[in-house]
Amino acid sequence: MSKPELFQRDREWHPRALTPDYKTSVSRSPNYPLLSLQSSDSEITGPTFGHGDIDPIDNDLLRNYAKTGDPIGERIIVHGRVLDENDRPVRNTLVEVWHANAGGRYRHKKDTYLAPIDPNFGGCGRTLTDDEGYYIFRTVKPGAYPWRNWVNNWRPAHIHFSVFGTAFAQRLITQMYFEGDPLIPHCPILKAIPDARAIERLIAPLDLNATIPLDSIAYKFDIVLRGQCSTFFENRPEGN
Amino acid sequence: MVQSLDYLKETPSQTAGPYVHIGLAPGAAGFDIYRQELGHDIAGPNASGTRINISGTVTDGFGAPVKDVLIEVWQANAQGIYAGDGAVEEGFRGWGRVVPDFETGLFSFDTVKPGIVMGREGRPMAPHLNLWLIARGINIGLNTRMYFPDEVEANAVDPVLGLIEQPVRRETLIATADDAGYRFDIRLQGDRETVFLDV
Ligand SMILES: [Fe+3]
Repeated sequence: MSKPELFQRDREWHPRALTPDYKTSVSRSPNYPLLSLQSSDSEITGPTFGHGDIDPIDNDLLRNYAKTGDPIGERIIVHGRVLDENDRPVRNTLVEVWHANAGGRYRHKKDTYLAPIDPNFGGCGRTLTDDEGYYIFRTVKPGAYPWRNWVNNWRPAHIHFSVFGTAFAQRLITQMYFEGDPLIPHCPILKAIPDARAIERLIAPLDLNATIPLDSIAYKFDIVLRGQCSTFFENRPEGN
Repeated sequence: MVQSLDYLKETPSQTAGPYVHIGLAPGAAGFDIYRQELGHDIAGPNASGTRINISGTVTDGFGAPVKDVLIEVWQANAQGIYAGDGAVEEGFRGWGRVVPDFETGLFSFDTVKPGIVMGREGRPMAPHLNLWLIARGINIGLNTRMYFPDEVEANAVDPVLGLIEQPVRRETLIATADDAGYRFDIRLQGDRETVFLDV
């Protein structure tokens, strides 16, 4: 095997498949236990992406769909690092984001919320992390939006994140929330995560050091992917 | 007291929600934004081996199609080599994204049939596709594999299929042949629930 194995995923840290307060999970959660596998090449390899796959403007949601001007809303920077559980940077990995516009409306043919579409806002972006695992997006702060679960459920403002890592079994999708949002304690999707410390990991703090004065406010969101084992049994010239 | 271990914890998963296409397949969401969307061509133009089509549905506990699912595919080439793990054909990525028809829930994609991949301790793994499913109502992505019905001998010694005790459950990972190629239906729950993997 040419690459190190992954740490076992801590399934008690993640939300369970069946979380009845998030009603859709009831019929979409497997009943039987997952079959646990040790890593093989099928899990520890994964797709890689390069600068030929994406364009520099793809991480600028203020401009990547602009038609007649900037999108409406509070201008923000979202930035951070992608690390693994060994605290090592995950370099050159694809980070994709999507979110609602400032009014809480998605540009999706299935979204019928009455808030207006913003003609200058697409709502998605993507970028590759640099050699330090660092990424940055520029966008507008998304609005909260209602959803049909209980009759009066509102999603806290959030940005959806998709991250790859180097192994297909590191694949992760999550959501970033904003410090101070009063909807956070009321969200059944967020409360599907059993551990309060894990929930905190999804709430990005205001990062005044990274704001651009008179331009954009910043939030910092670090993402941790599964780590890889060190073993003494294989030569790894690149270090363990 | 002892020293504290200094590992970081993995970021917890959250559902991709109903609008995952905006981020991962904006064309399916109804708009065009990127120069190129990723994941449309799994095998590329130069891949050797047999060209195949795979179709199916993902169904929920009621047997209803999960129309907002997005599936990622990860596979080896016809020689059993994963891209990045050895020499593969120019343009072969072995990775793709599959979105079903929003009206019917039927998905369909083209690729090449993968070869046997060497598994742990030198035990060969039968040709298979690795699949990862995300959707509204799925709190953490579901991993599974699709094996081929015309690989009876290789399937019989596959180390992953061999871990599944009940034959009826093992069959949930094996596609069936159809006119266009292969049919693979994934059942999240209920009768003949698909085997999902903790990888
Ligand atoms: Fe959302």
